[in-house]
Amino acid sequence: MSSVPKISQRYVVGWLLLMPAAVLLAMFTHYPAVATLAESFFSSGSAIRPSAFVGLDNYRLMLDDEVFWKVLANNVWFAVGTIPVSIGLAILMAVWVNSRMPLQGFVRMCYFTPTVLPMIAVANIWLFFYTPEIGLIDQISGAFGFGSHNWLGDPDTVLGCIIVLAIWKEAGFFMIFYLAALQAMSPELEEAAQLEGASRWYFFRRVTFPLLMPTTLFVLINAVINSFKLVDQLFILTKGGPDNASSLLLYYIYEVAFSFLDQSYASTLTVVLLAILAVIAICQFVFLDKRIHYQ
Amino acid sequence: MNGFTGHRLFRRVEHAAALLLALLWMAPLLYAVWAAIHPPEYAIHFDLLAPISLENFQVAWNRAPFARYFLNTFILVTTILAAQFVLCTLAAYAFARFEFPGSGIAFALVLLQLMIMPEVLIVENYKTMSRLGLVDTISGIGLPYMASAFGIFLLRQTFKTVPKDLEDAARLEGCGPLQVLWKVYVPLARPTYVAYGLVSISYHWNNFLWPLVITNSVTTRPLTVGLAIFGAPESGVDWSIISAATLLAVAPLLLAFLLFQRQFVQSFMRAGIK
Repeated sequence: MSSVPKISQRYVVGWLLLMPAAVLLAMFTHYPAVATLAESFFSSGSAIRPSAFVGLDNYRLMLDDEVFWKVLANNVWFAVGTIPVSIGLAILMAVWVNSRMPLQGFVRMCYFTPTVLPMIAVANIWLFFYTPEIGLIDQISGAFGFGSHNWLGDPDTVLGCIIVLAIWKEAGFFMIFYLAALQAMSPELEEAAQLEGASRWYFFRRVTFPLLMPTTLFVLINAVINSFKLVDQLFILTKGGPDNASSLLLYYIYEVAFSFLDQSYASTLTVVLLAILAVIAICQFVFLDKRIHYQ
Repeated sequence: MNGFTGHRLFRRVEHAAALLLALLWMAPLLYAVWAAIHPPEYAIHFDLLAPISLENFQVAWNRAPFARYFLNTFILVTTILAAQFVLCTLAAYAFARFEFPGSGIAFALVLLQLMIMPEVLIVENYKTMSRLGLVDTISGIGLPYMASAFGIFLLRQTFKTVPKDLEDAARLEGCGPLQVLWKVYVPLARPTYVAYGLVSISYHWNNFLWPLVITNSVTTRPLTVGLAIFGAPESGVDWSIISAATLLAVAPLLLAFLLFQRQFVQSFMRAGIK
């Protein structure tokens, strides 16, 4: 056993191997997370006034900020509107693509394509769909005799437009996880159900769907994180408008930090976002840990 | 009668629905192709006999420094991938095979990045970059992503499945830890590297928010940021040309995807179930 390094030597080697990644992670994940929290207790410095400790002032400001509540509510609606539909579609897509059907490969490719396209690029295309009068949606609805509508300019429809785009972008991505789960499922289950004369819907409801539950939880967590992270489309489609009707939390953070140049307030808002992510992480820990444990 | 194989008609309807959804999902891309290869006056009305031309691509290409944006994206994506492979391999090896004190806590701290992605910390990371003098550099865009928790996790899972006997055999032949890693673990983890590589490339080819924040000149901007500036309504460019530019920007990745479709889908699957 002389060729196996001694225990203490293994410790050192282990840490040395980890070191390069650990330094970068500490610099760009752990330090900024802590610094954000610290910054939120200070005022933004300027050329004439250095930044000073202000306690909870930034948070008080935030609670009085109507825009903050607005973007938070938007974000919740965005999540509520996007997640169930895209997960439902993802399951449907996966079941379809997993069953024998003509043009299976082509169909799978179509579903998955939005995933590999940049959000910025597809937002450019969707912008045209939503354009009043000359846009594709208005042309189609015009052909059926409906009037034109300023989809992105109307506070009542703008968030819906963003939601539809997000569903289109994400459903195919989530499909992949379901497809992997379906392929790992034993075909004997389906054969047995066939012998018993169960209908496909019955089989799906009583066997497939419950077996997909761990996947659904996993996808759900990812979908919730994404709904707080996915803001690229706003830069092209709406810039958060009209009147913040489509703005989301991360987009507002970007605006406050880099358009209004208020770093302290941006940090305060980031703390809220971090807190939300922490809650999601705890949920994941509680719900998903069992599954990982038994793997 | 409610049998699995019965209801032929129902199956047909299902297949038709699946195909319809597929076409609906492709429609935006197909539309972009239509607008891009026809003269601008056909962008909003469809005519099968419309003349086909590639002029829009030429106009788009000449109106913005796309060649430079391509180069920037290419450098960015390859640098990030190379760094991720090295850093994640080393860290994953440490977590998979060296039970050093504190490794549990260290691993939990690494996994934290799965939740708190660099996108969320743009404010503080911008400050760090300006302190390091890396604002408006390609390394500034890439650095926060190089130590990737996802990569470390994925490779650790793979390394753990490598039989210890193989490592012991290599050690008996006098290989040090790095040689063992290079000769035993890395070759056996090849499918994971391919999977992770494809996921990473498509992520960083498409990434936007952080590159937007940290770059402000033509020589560093990646394609996504360049495209966003190009397509801004203020720039007054028409649909056909925006469509052409959009297709240009997605072309390499899209072509790779169409050619290696199976590989892509399987890679995302492999990365997803781990």
